[in-house]
Order: sequence, then structure tokens, then C-alpha cells
Amino acid sequence: MPVIMYREAIRDALAEEMRRDPRVFVMGEDVAIYGGAYSATQGLLKEFGEERVRDTAISEMAITGAAVGAAMAGMRPVAEIMYVDFMTLAMDQFVNQAAKNRYMFGGKTTVPMVLRTEGGAGRCIAAHHSQSLEAWFVHAPGIFVVMPSTPYDAKGLLKTCIRDDNPILFIEHKMLYNNKGEVPGEEYLIPLGKAALRREGTDVTIVSYSRMALRAEEAAKQLAAEGISAEVIDLRTLKPLDIDCILESVKKTGRLVLASEAYKDGNFVCDVAMKVTESAFDDLDAPIERVCAANVPVPMSPVLEDEAIPRADKIVAAAKRTLGKA
Amino acid sequence: MGKVKEVKRKRAQAPAKDAGVSAEVKLGMLRRMMEIRAFEDKVFELLGRNILQGASHVYAGQEAVAVGACSAISDKDFITSTHRGHGHCLALGADLKLMMAELCGKATGYCKGRGGSMHIADVSKRNLGATGIVGGNIPVGTGAALACKMQGKGSVVLCFFGDGASNEGTFHESLNMAGKWRLPVVYVCENNLYGMSVAFSRACAVDDVCGRARGYNMPGTKVDGQKVLEVRAAVLEMVERARRGEGPALVECMTYRYRGHSRSDPRIYRTKEEEAYWHGRDPIKLFKADLLAEGVLTEKAFEALQGEVDQSLAAAEKFAIEDSPYPNPSELHDDVYVGWVEGPKGLVRLK
Ligand SMILES: Cc1ncc(C[n+]2csc(CCOP(=O)(O)OP(=O)(O)O)c2C)c(N)n1
Ligand SMILES: [Mg+2]
Repeated sequence: MPVIMYREAIRDALAEEMRRDPRVFVMGEDVAIYGGAYSATQGLLKEFGEERVRDTAISEMAITGAAVGAAMAGMRPVAEIMYVDFMTLAMDQFVNQAAKNRYMFGGKTTVPMVLRTEGGAGRCIAAHHSQSLEAWFVHAPGIFVVMPSTPYDAKGLLKTCIRDDNPILFIEHKMLYNNKGEVPGEEYLIPLGKAALRREGTDVTIVSYSRMALRAEEAAKQLAAEGISAEVIDLRTLKPLDIDCILESVKKTGRLVLASEAYKDGNFVCDVAMKVTESAFDDLDAPIERVCAANVPVPMSPVLEDEAIPRADKIVAAAKRTLGKA
Repeated sequence: MGKVKEVKRKRAQAPAKDAGVSAEVKLGMLRRMMEIRAFEDKVFELLGRNILQGASHVYAGQEAVAVGACSAISDKDFITSTHRGHGHCLALGADLKLMMAELCGKATGYCKGRGGSMHIADVSKRNLGATGIVGGNIPVGTGAALACKMQGKGSVVLCFFGDGASNEGTFHESLNMAGKWRLPVVYVCENNLYGMSVAFSRACAVDDVCGRARGYNMPGTKVDGQKVLEVRAAVLEMVERARRGEGPALVECMTYRYRGHSRSDPRIYRTKEEEAYWHGRDPIKLFKADLLAEGVLTEKAFEALQGEVDQSLAAAEKFAIEDSPYPNPSELHDDVYVGWVEGPKGLVRLK
């Protein structure tokens, strides 16, 4: 199977969908000539031209709102917001104009748009370029939130998102773009709402997504070396959520660790924990543990950034706590 | 694109561009510009060697704007800065050592290493800060001007931003508010022809930023941003006007960033010829030539000045890289709130 990078997987998904459907187009800051701040739209301008690959002004609100309007009027836009931190400027257009559209108009409209963005820490670029803001969007009814961790998932999920009729926030991770992975040459789609079981285990379940899913796997390896068998679930899509996959695993292990790169307070995984206690309280043998980012703006200094963002060893420690081995 | 249009300022009698600027002040301005250049060249080098982490948006090429504009205000005024903020910070007289330490993420830096390049500020100099959000400082500068007006002490605000930022909603909402409320703020647009890879001419519906001022009932002028005294004169005129209570203004300074937007930027969106044209209009060279011609400066004095600048920069590099510690991770939660701090179960009130 061909091995490609995460950013190439994104680009290939975009190119394939643009070839397949003339309604699909790409717009955003520096997506055309530059090929995207993280090179995920490289080469699209050459193949599809300026009409379908549009460099925009630095205007996040208009980019997002224009995607909403274009989608309502029959196109299938894939707009890019360079950093999820800049979604703050696009908030009304996405969570009011896009998310609530179909419901408020009596189910008579659709907003088939994808907003691609990226988030996460790891580059020492501080508080306005390192956040994980997925919880804000999971909170809003009417939009889906997708956060792939591998090239395979990135491609298969992005293609699905472009074909889906809902407004979707597709959040990539800045530290994953150069990661390589196997991606089939032939077409495939990954359904929304289907988690990936990354590793089977019997003692504790670790649920995560995006870059933290890789750290969860690292943690599981370290735990294995200490004789602890961890099951690792990569959610891939936060909304819709594959709650059944989590519940099944918890039934088996009785212990749950949730790992996220977002701030601890109001973290999306708190909601996952609530759902698990609602449905599987009796299966739990220990309190659920969460491993999240510190409740501080992500600091620039490498030592502080490293302290603020969950590391594999913190996931290991949390898993051990659920087993009473702290 | 490229050539700067000749600027006509609406003045009964345009004062000579160096009117009232003493030789001493001019030499001080030259020194600041040289400091910024040396600092930025060093930053670029350290980034390339991976000694500096993170991203730095380098100011080299634009020195005349920050230095000229900041020379037009006093120490009771404010500035707000941008992601390309090292020049603004240094133009107000920041210490090279503390700047470099901040960029290195060291505890001794201006922001204790938490902000780095994109959030650099010497707050004691009434610099209300750089921001990672393009256009994010424009409402903040406007609000600071509102405070200045309400407090009635004659303070004004210089609000820096780029050509690209003028396409953000924050720009338009802020200028409208300032125009209506006659706030004492001078918006200084640094038009370096690009917002990242996108030429202003490809992104904006109109040809210049200064023309947008008209829609918000304030004067807009365009100046050669490579000529430090022209920037100073234009900004000074608007600062004095604002101080007299006559409201806001916009000054668009035509300039050029020498480096790529980031270290990895291959600059495929602009030509070598265009870069050469602007290097030929280097703000330091132009000012130096003027000062030599005037007799304010000699080649020898210039070399001595360069030597001093290089020395202070070497000292800053040593201070930041060798002598300064990283912050202690145990201080991670400090300063998020006033009066409250994170405890094991959530926020607790500080005693
Ligand atoms: C709200 C927001 N959008 C996009 C970016 C990414 N970005 C950083 S600098 C930049 C270009 C800004 O252009 P301009 O305002 O002209 O300033 P310059 O960089 O040219 O000094 C962009 C798009 C950002 N930091 N913030
Ligand atoms: Mg610019």
C-alpha cells in the first residue's frame, strides 16, 4: 500500500472530490499560490485553477459565511481557516448561521460545507496559535466535528465530509502534517461516527483523538511493558460520537481514561465521561480519569508548553490510578 | 505595485520634512533602526539554526515605520502592536536583552517567556502588546483611545497593523467607532504589499488602505514608509491633531518586508526584481545617506555606531541564550487571573 503524509492525504482527498463533483471548491487564506500554511492544498491551484481554488483576503468571518451562503445556494465549499484559534473570528457565521440553519428553516435547507482548520500545540507558537477548541463546536447543535489522527483517516474522513450534507468542522493537527501512513490507492470512505480500535486490551480503556490518540498508543505500550493491558480507542469523529464503541470497551475493562489536548475545564471529554456514567455506571470499577491540557493559555516557552500539554507519561499515570497502582 | 506613489498631504504649507528634528534625535532614530535590523537579522539566523523556537515574523525592511511613527509620540501615549511586533517594541526603547530572552522563552524575558515573539511587549513603555491575531489589536487600540479621551489628559494611541489586517472586520468596526466618537488614535498601516503570500492587490477591492479612511470620517494619507522622517512628519501631524481633540486619522506607510513571512516561506509569490527594487530603497541606507549629506553623520561615526549596536546585540544574545534560565514549570498557572489560582479541585481565592 502507498505510504503518504497526512498533508498529502488531505490534498488527495480534496483533489479527488473536486474531480468528482464540480460543485466542490476550495477557498481560504494562502490556499492557492502558497498551497496552504501547512501545505495541505499544494498543487490544487495548478490542477483546478483560480476559480475553484481561491486565495481570500484575511477575513475569517467572510470566508466562513461565504461558505455557508455558497452551500445553501448549491455549491459544496471547503473553506480553510488557517488556525482553529482564528475560528473565534468566524464564530457567528459557523455556530449561528451554519449550525442552526436547517433546523430554524423547518428542515428545508441544507448547508453542505466543510470548514478545514488545524489546531494543537507543539510548535512553541503560544496562546493564539496552539489551542484545541473542539469543545466549543461540539457544544453547538447542528454541526459535526471531525479530528483525524492518521493519513488514512484524514483522507477517508475528509472525502466523507465533503459528500455529507451537514456543516462540518474538520480539525487537523499541526504536528501531524508530516506523519506518514499507509493509504490505499483506490477510493475508500470512512463513515462519520465510527471510532477506531487502535489496540485491544483488558485492564483499562484509553479514549482519545487527534494527536493525543498517538500519545495514548505510546502510553499503552509503556503500560504493556509494566504488565498492564490497555485498550486504545481513537474517536476520529467527536460528533457524531461512537458511544457504543466506548461502552463496549468499558464493559470489558471497567476502567476509563480520557485524553485530550484541550483545556481541562469544559473539555469535550467531560461530556464523554457523563455519557459513560449515564449508560454504564455499573460497569465501572474505578472513577473515570481525564488527562487534559492545563487551564492556562498555551505558553510559548518550550518548558511551559511541555508542562501544559498532556504527555504519554501523564496518560500512563492516569491509567495506573484507575488500577490503584499510582 | 512596487513604486510608491507621490504623496500629497493636505497642508497649507508643508513643513520641511526634518523641521524641528535635532541632530541628536536623528542619530537616535538611526540607531534604533540599526538595532532593529541587527536584532532581526540575528533572530532570523537563530531561527535557521533552531536555537530559537517557535515562529518569528521579522521586521527587517520596515524599520522606518516603527521608528518614525514612535518618534512622534510622547511617554504619555500608547501603542498597540502586531504579530510583526519586534520593531514596534524596540522603537519604543525596549531592552535588546529582555527582548531576546522573551523570544527564547526564558524567564527573564519581557513576558516571562510565555508570549514569545508574537506576544512581545514592554508594557512599562505603554506598549499594549503584540498579538497573534491579525487585526486583533485594532479594537484594543481604539478602546485605549476611548480611555484617553475619557480621562482627558491629552494622550493618544498609535495603532499599528498591516495591509492584510485592513480586510478584517475588526478594522472596519474600529474605524467607524473611532470616527464617530472622534477618538484620539492614529492608525498606522504598514503596507508591505503582502499579507503572507497574498498580494494586497489580489486581496483588496480597492487600491489603497488610506482611501478607506474617508468612509469613517477621518483623514487618510499615504507616505513613503522607507523614509523615516516622512513617516515621522505625517504621523506627528495626525498625532497633534488627535491631541487637540480633532479625532482619529489613518497613515498608510508603503514599505516592504525583506524576509519571507516565516522561515519556511519560499517567497514564490514575488519576484527577485521586486525584492531588489526595495532593497535599493533600504530605509537605513536612505536615512544614512541623508544624514551624511547633511553633515550630521560621518562614515566613521556610522561605523562606530554599527560597532556599538553589534556589541549590544552580542550581549543580548549571550544574556538570552547562555545566562537566562527557562521558567520553572511549577509557575505554569501563575498570572491567569487576578486574585485566584488553580488548585487541585479548581480555582481558589488567593489569600
Ligand atoms: C486572524 C488571523 N488570520 C490569519 C492569520 C495568519 N497570518 C499571520 S500574519 C498574516 C498576514 C498578515 O498580513 P498583514 O496584516 O499585511 O501583516 P504583515 O504580515 O504583512 O506584516 C496572516 C494571514 C492570523 N495570525 N490571524
Ligand atoms: Mg502586509
